[in-house]
Amino acid sequence: MPKPKSEAHYLATLTPPSVAAGVGRRGFLKGALGTGAVLSMPALLSACGGDEETSTGGSGGGGGGGGKPSGTVSFGSNEAGGDVPQMRRDALVAAYQKSSGLTVKTNAVDHNTFQENINNYLQGNADDVFSWFAGYRMQFFADRGLIGDVSDVWPIDGIGDAFQKAATGSDGKQYFVPDSNYPWVVVYRKSFWEERGYTPPTTLDEMVTLSKQMQSDGINPIAFADKQGWPGMGTFDILNMRINGYDFHVNLMAGEEAWDSAEVKQVFDSWRELLPYHQPDALGRDWEEAAQSLVANESGMYYLGLFAFEQFPEDERGDVDFFTFPEIDSNIGADAIDAPIDGYCMSADPDNEEGAKDFLKYISSPEAAAAMNEAGFPLIWANSNADLSGLQPIQQKAGEFIAAQASIAQFLDRDTRPDFASTVMIPSIQEFIKNPDDVDGLTKKIEEQKKAIFV
Amino acid sequence: MSLESPVATVPPDDADAPHAQRRRKANRSKSVSARLSRGDRIAVTLMVAVPTLLVLWLVWLPGILSVVLSFTRWEGIGGVDTIEWIATENYTNIFTIYPPFRPAVTHNLIWLAVLFLIPTPLGVFLAVLLDKELKGGRFYQTAFFIPIVLSLALVGFMWQLIYSRDQGLINDITGGTTDWYGDQDVNLWAVLVATCWKQTGYVMLLYLAGLKAVDPSLREAASIDGASETQSFFRVVFPVMRPINVIVLVITFIEALRAFEIVWVVNKGRNGLELISTLVTNNIVGEASRIGFGSALATIMLAISSVFVVMYLRIALKEEQR
Repeated sequence: MPKPKSEAHYLATLTPPSVAAGVGRRGFLKGALGTGAVLSMPALLSACGGDEETSTGGSGGGGGGGGKPSGTVSFGSNEAGGDVPQMRRDALVAAYQKSSGLTVKTNAVDHNTFQENINNYLQGNADDVFSWFAGYRMQFFADRGLIGDVSDVWPIDGIGDAFQKAATGSDGKQYFVPDSNYPWVVVYRKSFWEERGYTPPTTLDEMVTLSKQMQSDGINPIAFADKQGWPGMGTFDILNMRINGYDFHVNLMAGEEAWDSAEVKQVFDSWRELLPYHQPDALGRDWEEAAQSLVANESGMYYLGLFAFEQFPEDERGDVDFFTFPEIDSNIGADAIDAPIDGYCMSADPDNEEGAKDFLKYISSPEAAAAMNEAGFPLIWANSNADLSGLQPIQQKAGEFIAAQASIAQFLDRDTRPDFASTVMIPSIQEFIKNPDDVDGLTKKIEEQKKAIFV
Repeated sequence: MSLESPVATVPPDDADAPHAQRRRKANRSKSVSARLSRGDRIAVTLMVAVPTLLVLWLVWLPGILSVVLSFTRWEGIGGVDTIEWIATENYTNIFTIYPPFRPAVTHNLIWLAVLFLIPTPLGVFLAVLLDKELKGGRFYQTAFFIPIVLSLALVGFMWQLIYSRDQGLINDITGGTTDWYGDQDVNLWAVLVATCWKQTGYVMLLYLAGLKAVDPSLREAASIDGASETQSFFRVVFPVMRPINVIVLVITFIEALRAFEIVWVVNKGRNGLELISTLVTNNIVGEASRIGFGSALATIMLAISSVFVVMYLRIALKEEQR
């Protein structure tokens, strides 16, 4: 895969081939804007050029159908708990209500619960607008008619072509509006590392050496938790992408590669060699607790989404830095990461369609980004027009870092079937952490179950 | 769900016996219906028909549908036409390639054994003590009963504070590093402690209610005959309490089979805390909708609970015949 020229381009690599083949409507919209139809990968570069034009071209082709939106929009949010993400959401809602005159009725549910119940939620009385994720996980429900078509809203001023592709369902229509994304990286405390004389490793061997150094200094090298089941997926993903490459990841997630193949076994074998440097007893620990050990300087580093820094007290967040997971195979390199896109969808049967679309359009605007910026820590905004001056240096670094990647994956549970991820992969990865020695037996069981699900 | 059905069968038992006698008497005097007014007949019909329909609709229909769905593959999205028939494939998969199944069955059985051996006798013991109207008895009664009243989310949170490996009370006090919830050699037992804590109060309350209803003259008679405290409990009071004993027995079975909440709060029933009920939920309720597969698990659970329901019904019917 060629190295992307811009953030928009790298994001385009997220799109599965099935989607890239079916962007008829998008092409039509682009054509209407005079930027030319874009249907395939080689044409993406021109799309990036076109993207500039779109963003300078004013309001784009968006906006709902007829009347002016009014009334109340119900809003299902997966952030509850009074922490940073919720403060961001509250700021967003307040700013939107002020600017539009509409009322937003928020129904907040805890993040994990929201995800676990999404199936019933969407088939029941879903809110007009609700938080969700880009990629396969959105397409899965869009294909089944559970997410509303929001093509009207697109293209959105300042949202790159690649984000648009990630928001596109397999029928070529858009079902999603991105808000932000974040990279999975190794997070550490700068001042602590300087004090101890540690430097970020660039190869696995260096990482092991550094880990041994930390252990002899009485520090747990790598913070780790997998009680919730998903954090371990990140480690699997990155080892897989470092050892077998991005394309293998995509095929494995699509069910086209065997889980009991030599490639997958090698991933687990490498992980087993790294486990002694991970925090022990990970299965009883939440990621928040693991991040706290990093805050307390009990652990040296933590491979997690960049949101890990939210666990640091506000005045210490400037001290947080990150580096990409080191290279394992020099033929594969270290230019692929997980960087999931978060955003919002409209229900298939909204009570207030005009209002929902208006709200969605606002969510991805620079004004919304500015409002959320003030409230607390944002991740990396999807909108390229957003004012970045208020961001911490680590976020600006993260934005550039993502743009520099050759390939971006969404995440194990966003790139594959949800039933496979939750009923097979969560228990299997936990089983591996508990008993890392039986890789053959484990991978055989995963493959057997995969065959029963991918039919 | 169909699992709840045993609960519905609990109340009749003995309370029904007098009615049955009355009915039999009524039968003897030729035509009952002739003596019932029109209004009475309508009332009786409604009183029988409405609950019957409700039971059919809320218990039997979903139960039967679960069994039917267990022979299919379905994502739970869209109409009936998206259901695919796959015969017994789900069952084959459960027994051959589904690793959490065997531990789940084992854990349910351990759960049953522990509930029998610890909270049940303990609850009975506490009830007997409280029945003596000790000083401060009300306080203890409330203290033991509070766990049942507390909301589940709160219970989960409380025990999390106690068991957390890095920040929990036990490890803080003892300075240990036991991973109470994560290490699968101990987490089942840790959760069982929390469960017993809840269950003991429940058994205690049921038993206490039963004890209050025991005619005091029986005990007096026993003590006059020179029976010791222990003897009078085991030889006189315990046999008299037979209906309550049966209820406690049944409740223990039911609680063991439908054990779910506390494990779900801890870690969604994974990693050493698998129970059949959590497997059903994990497959059906989550983002994953393997309706067919989950239904097959539910059917297996139904089959297991049927064994106990049949046992219970046999006891209850024998009781009625006496």
